[in-house]
Amino acid sequence: MEPNMKDIHSLRIENITKRFPGVLACDAISLEVKKGEIVALVGENGAGKTTLMNILMGLYHPDEGSIFINDERVHFRNPNDAFACGIGMVHQQYMLVPNMTVIENIALGYKQAWNPLKLNLAMVRERIEEVSKHYNLQVDPDAYIWQLSVGEQQRVELVKTLCLGARFLILDEPTSALTPQETDELILLLRRMSSELSIIFISHKLQEVKDLSSKVAILRHGRIVFQGNTIDHSSHDIAALMTGHEVRLPQNDAPACTMGPMLQLKNLRVKSDRGFLALDDLSLYVCKGEIVGLAGVSGNGQKELAEAINGLRKVESGQIIFDDIDIANFSPRQVIDAGMGYVPEERNVEGIVPSFSIKENLILKDVEEEQFSNRSFMKKRVIENNGEQLRKQFDIRSPNIDVAAGSLSGGNIQKVILAREIARNPKFLVAVYPTRGLDMGAAEFIHKQLLQKRNEGVGILLISEELEEITNLSDQVAVIFKGKIQKVIPASEASRRRLGILMAGVKDDEEI
Amino acid sequence: MTKRFRTGYKIGVIILAIITAMTFGALILIAIGADVFKTYIVILTEPLKNKIGVTEVLLRLVPLSIVALGITVAYRSGIINIGAEGQMAIGILTTTALALAFPALPSYILIPAALLAGALGGAVWGFVPGFLKAKLQVSELLSTVMLNYIAAQLYTFFLRGPMLDPAEITMGSGTPQSMRLSRNLDLTRFIKGTRIHTGLFIALALALFIYILLWKTSFGYKMRAAGASARAARYGGINVPKYLIISMVISGAFAGIAGGIEIAGVHRRAIEGVTSGYGFSGIVVALFGGLHPAGIVPAAFFFGLLIYGADMTQRLVGVPANMIQVLQGIIILTIVATKMVLANPYLMQRVEEKLFSASRRGKTEEVA
Repeated sequence: MEPNMKDIHSLRIENITKRFPGVLACDAISLEVKKGEIVALVGENGAGKTTLMNILMGLYHPDEGSIFINDERVHFRNPNDAFACGIGMVHQQYMLVPNMTVIENIALGYKQAWNPLKLNLAMVRERIEEVSKHYNLQVDPDAYIWQLSVGEQQRVELVKTLCLGARFLILDEPTSALTPQETDELILLLRRMSSELSIIFISHKLQEVKDLSSKVAILRHGRIVFQGNTIDHSSHDIAALMTGHEVRLPQNDAPACTMGPMLQLKNLRVKSDRGFLALDDLSLYVCKGEIVGLAGVSGNGQKELAEAINGLRKVESGQIIFDDIDIANFSPRQVIDAGMGYVPEERNVEGIVPSFSIKENLILKDVEEEQFSNRSFMKKRVIENNGEQLRKQFDIRSPNIDVAAGSLSGGNIQKVILAREIARNPKFLVAVYPTRGLDMGAAEFIHKQLLQKRNEGVGILLISEELEEITNLSDQVAVIFKGKIQKVIPASEASRRRLGILMAGVKDDEEI
Repeated sequence: MTKRFRTGYKIGVIILAIITAMTFGALILIAIGADVFKTYIVILTEPLKNKIGVTEVLLRLVPLSIVALGITVAYRSGIINIGAEGQMAIGILTTTALALAFPALPSYILIPAALLAGALGGAVWGFVPGFLKAKLQVSELLSTVMLNYIAAQLYTFFLRGPMLDPAEITMGSGTPQSMRLSRNLDLTRFIKGTRIHTGLFIALALALFIYILLWKTSFGYKMRAAGASARAARYGGINVPKYLIISMVISGAFAGIAGGIEIAGVHRRAIEGVTSGYGFSGIVVALFGGLHPAGIVPAAFFFGLLIYGADMTQRLVGVPANMIQVLQGIIILTIVATKMVLANPYLMQRVEEKLFSASRRGKTEEVA
């Protein structure tokens, strides 16, 4: 297919059906996007959003149905075809080479600049400048990707896609890794860009759907269950349509703790992988039966904090007083035995052994307990019953408990982890980004579980970037910035604006 | 996707892999001017035609399977042991040393003690790379290969020096070998007129032992968890370095036992070339057997067949036995490719889609 640079006035898909073995991923989906429109595609995990976008990108071929651009039928045999028609996608995980510069990354896809022996970088630079000026997208062409923040990297992805001639943008969960400020900036930017482009974006977050989109399409079980103008509907309506039932993310409105501290961090210093101090004199305490939300832009020491508490990272100095014992520099096993539960950030590679079955993963921390093994011989029956019971109790959706945990969806993997951690009856839970990338149904479930544990007297340190999650669940909100706690404020006083300012590193928020 | 389809698909892929490997092998056989069909027939059927052939294949199954079982333990725990050749050589030396030192011990003490000595020797040789990897992140590929060289030189040194058969000195022939070891060390040859010995039962018992260890005990669970995802294992409170070291010790011990059994069952003295590549073939057997005892035993039989068949092709069709090593290489490459194919669920989906839509079409035609 020859590249053409014609504007895309409309993109229409008609009756797209895609079957996978045993699953109808897309069921006669029709959708139209006109120039200048921003369509939000929302739906739970597994609703068929990604399949639909992959069809638009030429990665999958629809079993039935057709795609029209400017009322002309098109066939995409592969992503290059879609690209030649001006469709560009920014994936959730950025496709950038970290140890190359911005300009080199963009040159990778910019075939016009590929002379037989030499890369015409000047030409690429010109193109980048043209695009970034036109759309007011600031990027430094000579910066290395690894030097850039997540928000900057996303800007590079956008510039890259635009440089390569995209006039129709597909964005897969564009804000999932951004700070609130960056999210706001992105929304402004996309709005401005929409005067010349069409945009489809996939999202779980209803707030940004409301803020950004002009139209919303809701997918459920492979069908479009609703299409309409965004302004006509409240986010509450959209949430209900998305899940098929009324959703109300649980809120913490129980009285604050009175039971005394459970976990006290005192003057903690911890080094990052690169050797600098990731936590610098950090102090914080969490009571029994209290949720402390730790807000902050990712990379300010959250990961190191969670790892240091759980014995996975060396503590240079300071104390971690857990239930009256100092557990600093305990081994992971000792921390677990002291009664600590941990929902790690990287659920797919750290929270589970991907190749192990669900039932095996559910005993990861307890395989040697008398409950599950007798003189080191594992009790098959008990392990199976445990798996079945937790699968029901935690609504883990899988054909059985023998499937590899790594093959489950993100939400179900998180349920496996939570099931294991909660079933162990911990005294304290460290939960890191517990609902990142999950759909509303799964997030609601996990929030309920966390609140229930709180009400049973378990202390919880909730590390998250989702301000809504933090303010809904927490009793106290602590803001972390460059390895220090900026401030701890009661959740009732934690407005989005105030947290945003603290997260950006401004110390005394009162004066603003 | 039905379970039946999945199994069928996997078997189909494996059959396809075997055909591919044989085709490539055939190309090479044609290139050296051999009769392809006859060569394959000889390799695959000739050894199975009589009692001696079958027992000779089983004889090779013994060291192959024991080495492969050890490699499986290491592999499952996240460390690739390509040092079995050296571990086996050290095992032979320690077995021989013990048998030379206590020749008068009765069989029921000498045999277990000598094999234990072999295990210990191999275990030490496995411990070193395990320790280096666990504590200093030294690549096991590097350390095991280097230790192979050291072991080979040590082996030669002992056979030519301290352990050299005194008779060789008096006769002056100087063949590098130890003296005939105590008869109390001999493993019984239980079928008259063949060389097959009770080591076969030890190999089968060890296979059962490894199955139980890895899949039925919490100890094995931890080793497998450490191997499958070191990060998740560490998060789960498992001391990953400890299990790395232990797995290499077990792996080395198994290679050592394999060496000891070779001496006690077949050669009855330490001679040069006992290991004859079993340490490397064991890797192939372990992978070919799917890193599971139930697959390793048949895989060891198959490779035993290949190795023994190779000798026969030399005699019967004039194809050099080295050709078998070429075939082994081709098989390794095919296994790697097959694994990639089997690990690709999308491909499986596409195949099923094709098959299903074909059958659906068939059905609608029937209705029409």
